[in-house]
Amino acid sequence: MSARPLSPHLSVYRFMYTMALSILHRITGLLLSLGLLVLIYWLMSASLGELSYGSAVTVLSAPLFRVLLLGWLAAYAYHFCNGIRHLFWDAGVGFEKHQARASGWVVIIAALLITAVAGYLLLSSAAVNP
Amino acid sequence: MSLRSPLGVVLGRGTARNAVHHWWVQRMTALALLPLTVWLLSGLVRLPLTDFATVTAWISLGWNPVLMSLLVLVACWHSSLGVQVVVEDYVHSPAAKTLVLVLSKFAHVLLGATGVYAVLHIALRS
Repeated sequence: MSARPLSPHLSVYRFMYTMALSILHRITGLLLSLGLLVLIYWLMSASLGELSYGSAVTVLSAPLFRVLLLGWLAAYAYHFCNGIRHLFWDAGVGFEKHQARASGWVVIIAALLITAVAGYLLLSSAAVNP
Repeated sequence: MSLRSPLGVVLGRGTARNAVHHWWVQRMTALALLPLTVWLLSGLVRLPLTDFATVTAWISLGWNPVLMSLLVLVACWHSSLGVQVVVEDYVHSPAAKTLVLVLSKFAHVLLGATGVYAVLHIALRS
């Protein structure tokens, strides 16, 4: 039983960028799980009143946190787009190698666009109201 | 007819009928999160996030408390299923695996309950 074959044998495959996209889905998923803490922290501080919301805003608008929030936004944008790609696969659509490679590029470009636009809007709205 | 091998049955390996349910719920929560998170993000980019009164008024507005509670619950559910898969794949020691899985489940339930409580508190106060 201990010597039963285990899969997948990742090391025998030549590296393709689609493999990086695959593991990136898990990594961004884990990051977003941590991001849930921030969402709940934000909601909880708002429920506790103006004073605690003010201190949460101070924490969340610190330079380090702005970078982190941008990272979470990028993780969300990627996980969202690649999640749609996975849902199509689950429905049996787009499984051919050339399709999977092309949709991988679509996901990367769409995620970058969403991150840029939403990140600009979020940071500019925060800058208007310091 | 069972698809489980006799050895698999004895060792407790193989299907316990839960895998398909896990897979399906992960997909259904993913599907629900597509519109819910787009709704949240489109709200966040339009709000003056530093303004307490405007933010809490928005959370309390119309269907927003329902959508926000749903988002919190479904996101915690989806996250719980996702973290479970990752832990099952990469944590090999049975004791550590069980411990991390239990802690993750508890943490996700706590997070979900906290989020829904916060949303209701904001919405019912104002």
